[in-house]
Amino acid sequence: MATIAAPKSGSPGTTLGTPLLARIGNTPLVRLEHLTADLPGIQLLGKAEWHNPGGSVKDRAAAAIVLEALRNEQVCPGKRLLDATSGNTGIAYAMLGAALGFPVTLCMPSNVSPERKRILRAYGAEVLWTDPAESSDGAIRKARELAADPQYFYADQYSNPSTWRAHYSGTANEILEQTGSRITHFVAGLGTTGTFMGVTRRLKEVNPKIECISMQPDSPFHGLEGLKHMATAIVPAIYDPGLADRNVEVETEAAYAMAKRLARTEGLLVGISAAAAVAASLRIAEEQSALGKEAVIVTILPDAADKYLSERFWGE
Amino acid sequence: MTIEIPTPLRVYTANQSAVAVDANTVTEAVSALLARYPEFKKHLYTPDGKLRSFVNLYLNDEDVRYLPQGEESAVQPSDTLSIIPSIAGGGLAVQAGAPSA
Repeated sequence: MATIAAPKSGSPGTTLGTPLLARIGNTPLVRLEHLTADLPGIQLLGKAEWHNPGGSVKDRAAAAIVLEALRNEQVCPGKRLLDATSGNTGIAYAMLGAALGFPVTLCMPSNVSPERKRILRAYGAEVLWTDPAESSDGAIRKARELAADPQYFYADQYSNPSTWRAHYSGTANEILEQTGSRITHFVAGLGTTGTFMGVTRRLKEVNPKIECISMQPDSPFHGLEGLKHMATAIVPAIYDPGLADRNVEVETEAAYAMAKRLARTEGLLVGISAAAAVAASLRIAEEQSALGKEAVIVTILPDAADKYLSERFWGE
Repeated sequence: MTIEIPTPLRVYTANQSAVAVDANTVTEAVSALLARYPEFKKHLYTPDGKLRSFVNLYLNDEDVRYLPQGEESAVQPSDTLSIIPSIAGGGLAVQAGAPSA
C-alpha cells in the first residue's frame, strides 16, 4: 500500500513560508467592545476561527483526525477518508486531502449553502448528498452505511476522540494564554461537541472555577448550521452532558439578529453559529453585570459570514 | 395532497414521514396540518404569524416564497409539499444543481 509521508518541517534557513498545517490554530481573540459598552466590568471575547486556512474552527479537529489517520496509515492514495458533515468539517477534510494527497468522500445534507458546495467542488472532494429533511443525522446514517466498505476510512468526527483532543491541547491553551488566565466564563455551541468538551476539560483542570456554558438550538427544528438539539438528535459519542455547568438555548431568530448587529456595530461578519454563541454570551454578560460582578467571557466564533451571505435574513 | 414532514418534527406525527391533507392552496394545506398537529405552529411560524425565515416550504421542487401566488398557490391532489429547514441557504432547488464530485 502506498503511504503518504508525514508533513516535514523545513530546515531553518532553507525553507521559507508557512505550510498548511502550521497555519491551523493560534487564531486571534477579538474584543466585542460595543456589545458590552453599557456593561461595566464585563469583557466579551471571541476566538476568530475563520482565520484558520479552511475558514473555520473545524480545521483543528479535521487536522488532528487526519494526522492520526496518516500515522496509522488509515488514509493513503488508494483509501478514501469518509465522514458525515454539515459543511465546515467537509471543507477542512477536502482542503487537507488536496494538500496531503488522499481522496475524500463526504456525506452531507443537500440543503447546505451553495457557497459550501462550490468550495468542496473547488477542492475536488466527492460529495454524497443526503435528504435535507433529515439534516446532519441523515448524513451520519449514510456514512455509517458506507463505512463497512474497505475502500473507506470512516473518520467519524462525532465519535473520534481527536475531535475534542484538538481543543484540549490547542484552543483551550490559546485562550488561557490570550487572556492571561483571567477567563471567568467559557461559552460554546454543541455540534460534534468537540470544542466544548475539549476546551472545558482543559480549563477545568487549570481552574475549576471557570464557568463553562454549553449552547444549543432551542428547538429540534432550527436554522443554526452545525449545531445540534441534543434532546432529539443523534447524540455524539464524545458528548458528556455532565461537563457543562449550565446550558443555554438560543432561538434561530436571535442568532440572525446578532449576526446583523455584529456586522453593523462591531464590523464583524460572522456565521450563524458564531452569532448564536455571541447571543448566548451576551446573556451571560448581562446576568453577571446585573449581579454587579466582573467577568471575562470567552466564546468561539466558528466561522465568518461569507458562506451564509445568500441567507435571506440579512435583508429582512 | 401530501405533506412531507422533516425528521425533527416527526415526533408530533407519531413518526409518520408524510401526511395526506385535502386542500386547494398551500395555505389551506398548512392550515389543515396545523389543525391536526397544533404543536407545529410554534416551529413553523413566528408569534405574529409569519413563516419563520429559516423555514422553507417547497411545492414539489419550487420554493413557495418565489411562486407568483406564494402561499396562495393552487395545489393538486398529486402535489407534494415539503417542509425543509434552511440550514444555511440552498435547499431542493439548489440540490438539482449540486456538484457531484
